[in-house]
Amino acid sequence: MILESLHRQPAHGYALVQHIQQRSKNLLQVEEGSLYPALQRLLKAKMVKAEWTISSSTNRHVRVYEITKTSLQHLEQEISSFDRMLEGIQMVLGPARRATNT
Amino acid sequence: MSWFERIFRRRRLNDDLAEELQEHIEERIEQIMRLENLSRPEARAAALRAFGNPTLVQTRSREVWEWSRLEALLADLKLVARRLRRSPGFAVTVLLTLSIGIGANTAVFSVVDSVLLKPLPYPQSDRLVTLSLQAPGAGGLTSFRDGLLLSPSLFLTFAEHNRAFQSLGVWSAGTANLTGIGQPEEVHVITVSRGLLETLAVPPIVGRWLNADDHKPNRNKSVMIGYGFWQRQFGGQQSVIGQIIRLDTQSFQIVGIMPRGFKVVDSDFDVLRPAPYVFDPSHQIMEGFAWNGVGRLKDGVTIGQANADITSLIPVWMDSWSDGPSSNPHFFEVWRIAGALKPLKQGVIGSIGNVLWLVMGTIGMVMLIVCTNVANLLLVRADSRRQELAVRSALGAGRKRIARELIFESLVLGAAGGAAGIAVAFAALRLLSAIGPANLPRQSEISLSPESLCFAVGLAIFSWLFFGSIVSLKYSRVGPGEALRGSNRTASAGRERHRSQNVLVVAQVAMALVLLVCAGLMMRSFAVLLNTQPGFSTPEHLAIMRVGILKSIASDAVAVTRMQNEIADKLAQLPGVSSVGYAAGLPMDGMEPNWNSIFVRGRDPWGAKSTLPMRVFNYTSPNYFHTMGSRVIVGREFTWDEVYSQRPVAILSENLARELFGSAQAAIGQQITYFEPMPWHQVIGVVEDARQNGVDAPAPAIVYWPTMSANLYGPGPLDSVRGVTFAVRSPRAGSESLMQEMQRAVWQINGELPVSGLRTMQEVDSKSLARTSFTLTMLGIAAAIALSLGIIGIYGVISYSVSRRTREMGIRIALGAQKSELRWLFLRSALALTGIGLVIGFCAAAVVAQFMRALLFGIHPLDPLSFAVVGLVLIAAATLASYLPACRVSAINPADVLKAE
Repeated sequence: MILESLHRQPAHGYALVQHIQQRSKNLLQVEEGSLYPALQRLLKAKMVKAEWTISSSTNRHVRVYEITKTSLQHLEQEISSFDRMLEGIQMVLGPARRATNT
Repeated sequence: MSWFERIFRRRRLNDDLAEELQEHIEERIEQIMRLENLSRPEARAAALRAFGNPTLVQTRSREVWEWSRLEALLADLKLVARRLRRSPGFAVTVLLTLSIGIGANTAVFSVVDSVLLKPLPYPQSDRLVTLSLQAPGAGGLTSFRDGLLLSPSLFLTFAEHNRAFQSLGVWSAGTANLTGIGQPEEVHVITVSRGLLETLAVPPIVGRWLNADDHKPNRNKSVMIGYGFWQRQFGGQQSVIGQIIRLDTQSFQIVGIMPRGFKVVDSDFDVLRPAPYVFDPSHQIMEGFAWNGVGRLKDGVTIGQANADITSLIPVWMDSWSDGPSSNPHFFEVWRIAGALKPLKQGVIGSIGNVLWLVMGTIGMVMLIVCTNVANLLLVRADSRRQELAVRSALGAGRKRIARELIFESLVLGAAGGAAGIAVAFAALRLLSAIGPANLPRQSEISLSPESLCFAVGLAIFSWLFFGSIVSLKYSRVGPGEALRGSNRTASAGRERHRSQNVLVVAQVAMALVLLVCAGLMMRSFAVLLNTQPGFSTPEHLAIMRVGILKSIASDAVAVTRMQNEIADKLAQLPGVSSVGYAAGLPMDGMEPNWNSIFVRGRDPWGAKSTLPMRVFNYTSPNYFHTMGSRVIVGREFTWDEVYSQRPVAILSENLARELFGSAQAAIGQQITYFEPMPWHQVIGVVEDARQNGVDAPAPAIVYWPTMSANLYGPGPLDSVRGVTFAVRSPRAGSESLMQEMQRAVWQINGELPVSGLRTMQEVDSKSLARTSFTLTMLGIAAAIALSLGIIGIYGVISYSVSRRTREMGIRIALGAQKSELRWLFLRSALALTGIGLVIGFCAAAVVAQFMRALLFGIHPLDPLSFAVVGLVLIAAATLASYLPACRVSAINPADVLKAE
């Protein structure tokens, strides 16, 4: 999710949280802090790179994360495998639900 | 984020993270304030609710790239370092003892390793043996020599008929006068037989070995030279091959150079030369037992088999050669000659092996004492932290966690001690080479090798395990309830907690006693040695110098004697010189004395004996004994008149006079000789015994002849000793100016005369004491360390128990106990520990002393004086060490103690 968000646009931590919450229409309510260990993991795995800049909107000193080339591939794989998994779940759950609905 | 950053830029990463989180929260706060119109504190609370615990987030994030175990270790390390910094006295004491212990051990190990353990620097040196023989039937001959050496005829027999050796050879060290290059000089020459270089199997660095042709009689004379000589005389030039040098007026061509560090067994040399004439089979006699043999065993042949092989060749030798038509070569059967082969290394190391193992053993014991002492200190320290540890354990620190910290503390100490120890070892090795015996074999090979460094690390680990495990095993078990309850509230300490400290103190006392006894025995031996009459007096006022007179300078015996006489006169005229004399060999100067048996006129030389004892022969000038400060017991010295008129006279050593004639007086006027055609020599004097082979070797029976006598072997009617050592008695002995004046005096007579060995008799004397004084020094150092550590140990234990029992003592005093009684209480416990330690120590020392037997001189290993004095010293030291802290009991004010309750 973080990678996908960053894929669209490089962002700093706060913006990322905002973005994810908006995109999921507040369905996914996570503790904002839990984002940071994940970001550190990505940094360590060289999936993202970080840089300190001054934010143009808030005029704050922020650390902007940007997706790297290697992680693009990784992202596609992840998404496709996640899609397959989701599909699988839907296939298992879908007919049953339809059956009860009818 | 690379591993490099993760290690070296941790702070930066941490700061980044902290700032980022901070910014995040701030941004959120501002947003909340803006959107929901809350005050800042309220907005902050809301923001934090949404965010979660920032510290936790930060820790979790950090854990992503930290090695958490390592971090914990690092934290422990910091804690340990901080605690050690807070008690510098403790840290310094422990580090000092450890570094001295590890350093001394490493240094001695380096010596043991390079002298005793490493193979000799020859290929497959384990196959090399010394070809020494034993001849128990040869009377005194082998009493002052290390077994019987080989004669050329024995060598030829062995070389031809042996079945056990790949190759074998013999060699003999001596000196020769080098002329033709710069100043005339006496150089060290080793004469080798064929087979010797092949046996040692070290190739030359330049040129070639002496080959079979060089060993054939009547060939062009070839020599090889040593590396040092090559560098010194020829500046290391390759062109030296083919150059001619003159040795004792004969010309030799240099054909090869041996590499640096190459020695013939244990002897360094300038020149290696063949001796074609000596080993010419066409004229050989039985005798000439002056050659050291080395053999290389065939693969699979044991020393025992080789010994049997050599022994079986003795009859072959007796069948093959003779001393002439009238002699009986089978006479030597009474000598009962047999092989006594030893591994070459053992031959090289000789008796120094004993000394080194002893020193290693004592130093190892010091290491044990060091470890027990450190363990003791750590125990005391951990004990004072007992409450802290109990609190921590009550707060949830696991047993492992506490043990880890305690082990860590000892690990830090062990590691730091090891590092400091290596530095100490480095310094100690330099010291050792300075005070070590000058004749320590293989000294040039001693270095702080990788093996020694491994040894130091091993020692550090050993000491760490030793004291670390004792302490952590004991204290990680502290149950919170027990310790908190028991700590300082109850009156006295539990008995069981002191047991381990007491055991350590007993062990220390016992080990200190053993070392002190060893040192005491050495000290007594040394005192005996110092009191031994060496056969000369005030050696510090004796300057000595060796001068050889070549045939080219003085051809006949009388000319040689005249020249020596002139030199003696010239030396006597030097300022401050009171007396001058000379002899073929001075006591202990390492010159090989001549020897043979003698006959007394009017007595059947054989009597009931099958062999005649051998006597050392020396050749002296008039005034020699006066110069040396040797007491002439009866009679007088030779006169110049007697020398020039070749009057047949002789002087005997006191022990020989007593043996032959019952007393010194009875010897005067008797007539002796050593070879049938020699005239009978009249005994004109008896002088005190001289320790020819060193202070610690018995004085041999010596016959002194004039330096010029009838010639038995060579051409001409007279023979004269050409190489002599001059002794000059002067208070200026040892000064550079006198040395130069002596040298100039010789060159005033003849500028071609080679001068060597300028030194004082004191140097020769102390060299002969070197082994004993070295052992004594090392043992003394070890014993001093042991004693002081033992005292510290006792002091620590008693002092600690006094401080722990302050409350109990206060109560006792309040109840009316006398302070002297209380002092006695502590003293008694210390003396009880010392007593147990003494008993154990005495038993151990009695055993250890037996191993020292070979090193002792004139002292029984169970010398009661040494044992008694050492015991008293230890008791006195222990009393003092416990009395001082016990006195603190007197300072206890019961009112203060009870108030503190």
